[in-house]
Amino acid sequence: MGELMLDGNAIAGLLQEVFAVEMTTAIGTCGRCGTAGPVGAIHVYRGAGIVLRCPHCNNVLAKIVKNDSQVWIDFQGIRTLELAV
Amino acid sequence: MARTALRGRLTWQLAELVKTVAETPRVKTIVFDVPGWPGHRAGQHVDVRLTAEDGYQAERSYSIASAPAGTRVALTVQRLEDGEVSPYLTGELRPGDKIELRGPIGGYFVWEPAEGGPLMLVAGGSGIVPLMAMIRTRAAAGGHTETRLLYSSRSQDDIIYRDELEQLTGNGLTVVHALTDSQPPGWTSYARRVDAEMLAEVSPSPAERPRFYVCGPTPFVEAVAESLVRLGHDTRAIKTERFGPTGR
Repeated sequence: MGELMLDGNAIAGLLQEVFAVEMTTAIGTCGRCGTAGPVGAIHVYRGAGIVLRCPHCNNVLAKIVKNDSQVWIDFQGIRTLELAV
Repeated sequence: MARTALRGRLTWQLAELVKTVAETPRVKTIVFDVPGWPGHRAGQHVDVRLTAEDGYQAERSYSIASAPAGTRVALTVQRLEDGEVSPYLTGELRPGDKIELRGPIGGYFVWEPAEGGPLMLVAGGSGIVPLMAMIRTRAAAGGHTETRLLYSSRSQDDIIYRDELEQLTGNGLTVVHALTDSQPPGWTSYARRVDAEMLAEVSPSPAERPRFYVCGPTPFVEAVAESLVRLGHDTRAIKTERFGPTGR
């Protein structure tokens, strides 16, 4: 499992595609442990979909599934996202 | 740093191959001309998309190896024998050929000369690529930021950018190699995997507040990051970029 772990950097293009802004410097706060940190440092697991986990407590922050025409995002574990505008 | 300009939606654009440079038997640098390239910061990457005749598309991310220089963008790609994209990029693409690319992407694993140091760069294999962009950007800016690179390769022949690193050494840049699998006769540097003891010897002390950039295969990055935290370095000063089996 550890072999497949990447960082938020690895999905920077996908996130920018969705949000239309650079997202890896955005600060996300985990809904379980409350740790706040840059999206670029979040742990990312790639399989059939993409799972984002808190690097501190391993809580599932979000799940992303993408096909050719749609992106589906479940933000179940993120309390806040803070970004420069 | 966080307040840099935000770009809009990413768009795919055509990039034309200008030249290729063989770095090691398995690694090539491919230099593209990208019309309208807005410039980039060291540590950023691009996404590359290849489309087959039947419409099948494969997308991969590659770190930018070059310092910002007009519309030229250099990527350094390791050929993965079972890969979908890297064999094409390193073996079949010829000067004048075009591919689709989008970027620059990312703002977290990024260093700019104004951010200062001391910088401690730790690379495993082709994880050197974004760190080389930092070293080249530092050199191009004429900076003297104290910078140390600890670079782990399998053998001497696998060291990417070996000659250029040697030329850039000095002026505040120290390069330390570790060769894990085989060493040439008379090798006096490290001959093992990067470990906590090695990191303690090569890195500035926690009191000097170094900024770490660690890039390599996931297990390498895990081991280095854990060791750095155990040595007392601030976790917030340790930025990591892991590349998984798809090989960045």
